[in-house]
Amino acid sequence: MKILVGVKRVVDYAVKVRVGANGVELKNVKMSLNPFCEIAVEAAVRLKENKAASVSEVVALSIGPKQCQETLRTAMAMGCDRAIHIHTDLRGDYMELQSDSVAKLFQKVIEEKEKDVDLVLVGKQAIDSDCGQVGPMLAGYLNWPQATFAAKIDLDGDGLMVERETDQGTETIKIAKLPAVVSCDLRLNEPRYATLPNIMKAKKKKIDQFQADEFDVDLTAKNKVLEVFEPPARKEGITVDNVNQLIDKLKNEAGLLQ
Amino acid sequence: MSSSFLYKSKSLLSHCKLGRMHDKRTIPMRFIFQKNHASTLVIAEPSSSSSSSSEAMSSLMPATLSAISAAQKLHSGPITILSDKAIDTSSLPSAVTSVLHIGASSSGTPDKDKSLCGSLLVAENVSAHIQQAQTLYSFSHIIAPATKFGSNILPRAAAILGMSPITDIIEILSNDTFVRPIYAGNALAKVQATQNVKLLSVRTTAFEKAAVDGSPAATVINLMEEKQVPPPQTLTEFVKENVSSSDRPDLATANVVISGGRGIKSAENFALLESLADKLGGAVGASRAAVDAGYAPNDLQVGQTGKCVAPELYIACGISGAIQHLSGMKDSKTIVAINSDRDAPIFQVADYGLVDDLFKAVPELTRQL
Repeated sequence: MKILVGVKRVVDYAVKVRVGANGVELKNVKMSLNPFCEIAVEAAVRLKENKAASVSEVVALSIGPKQCQETLRTAMAMGCDRAIHIHTDLRGDYMELQSDSVAKLFQKVIEEKEKDVDLVLVGKQAIDSDCGQVGPMLAGYLNWPQATFAAKIDLDGDGLMVERETDQGTETIKIAKLPAVVSCDLRLNEPRYATLPNIMKAKKKKIDQFQADEFDVDLTAKNKVLEVFEPPARKEGITVDNVNQLIDKLKNEAGLLQ
Repeated sequence: MSSSFLYKSKSLLSHCKLGRMHDKRTIPMRFIFQKNHASTLVIAEPSSSSSSSSEAMSSLMPATLSAISAAQKLHSGPITILSDKAIDTSSLPSAVTSVLHIGASSSGTPDKDKSLCGSLLVAENVSAHIQQAQTLYSFSHIIAPATKFGSNILPRAAAILGMSPITDIIEILSNDTFVRPIYAGNALAKVQATQNVKLLSVRTTAFEKAAVDGSPAATVINLMEEKQVPPPQTLTEFVKENVSSSDRPDLATANVVISGGRGIKSAENFALLESLADKLGGAVGASRAAVDAGYAPNDLQVGQTGKCVAPELYIACGISGAIQHLSGMKDSKTIVAINSDRDAPIFQVADYGLVDDLFKAVPELTRQL
């Protein structure tokens, strides 16, 4: 089985972002591997470690500026065998490069560069754009079966048994055979920390470089971002001293608890 | 469903090209909406398995009602529902002019039908139904609630139709301009769709549910009977579901939510919150920290991963207020925070903050109500 894992470089989850004139300020802001992509990498590496899956190799793919190579090195330190970097300076946080173009670039990689991919693993969403579209869109372009919000992935004959999150709880679906696209949710696994020896080994692993515009993909945003602004601030709240006061405020000020 | 039924729909009469209406099989399904007319297809949220699936006709889920009220803000053209089952016209908001469904119903053994119905609802099949409906009717807008279901099917449908979807919309400014959150809701993006078909999903907490005042003249078309349903694909199959049932209101739509965080310290202590929730007729929620620690099951999780809620009253107990938790509840009308740490970030969004030990405050609050 050959696995392709999507890996996105995003603003670190702990950063409190600020909105500037041209969108969210990214200058000097700490960037990290998207937490859900990290879960996807971990899922790929665990499948590789499972002899029954017979994984030949795990290839990480990232689209973005040259610093994506650091993100790819992290993915390789976790266990990906090699990586592909598609270079573009277009902003990937919804402002310029959007999910449809990203999914089409993935499709080009699968159809033209890595022709025998059996499984694509991506995170359920990137925490900057919060779109959650690349997984299901790629499945649609390729006409491959899909499983989104995967909480558990098991091998099942030639295919997969996936337990996925739903609004009521979870459901289990069976994908009869590969290839398929799976997007990974929070509960799928807890990603490993890259050990120092693996970080050193990752420096020697291969990263193939391409330019985004060398693929025949329209990279323009079909949905134009006209403006980015901060949400309206909540009216400042007050502190109450005890439960009695709280109940009083809720009843008489907030008009609740009648 | 006799073809004469179609005559009764006022919206159809004004637009349809008359075919051989007396022949049941030649229904003027094409050209019902003139090209270039604005019209919207709303993808109905499937009914949960806990609701009675033995009814041949069902009613609409709250998430669908929110999507319909969002659809009303797009334009004044017709609104069509795409559903797996027929919907009784008395269960429709008056804004809905037609229903397209694939005739799913329960007959025979429950397990077999659950599997069949479940398989009909996998993304591969639903997006094929959407594609077929679009071929027949050329909608200008296709809208789904931004639930796990909608988020699963809409992007795939968009890819098949060659469109770039806009998801998790919280405000509709016009038929092509919308607002959606990015960066866990710490920034909002005003975005304009430039393609001719707009595929959209809407955050249900941002749109009031449309009133179910009935649409007696609405047309209900069984696409399966009209042989307009592509054969179901067989690669992906529904196996089973794990649904936690509860007598408490559903977390996503409850008016009151009592939520617990790491400060609850154990699964047993969650009973304190349950007592308060029962007193207030509310639902129970949890932060990611509480779920990770095993204090609560993960379908109670509120946050960027997890449910987005906007109840009248949200009481956060022992929750510090991480960015990711706030993004799932900061649109609540009134927020109360009970935490012994006065520096907890949750107090920055709370309308009423009580710095106290929740193990004293919560039982006292329950007692006094």
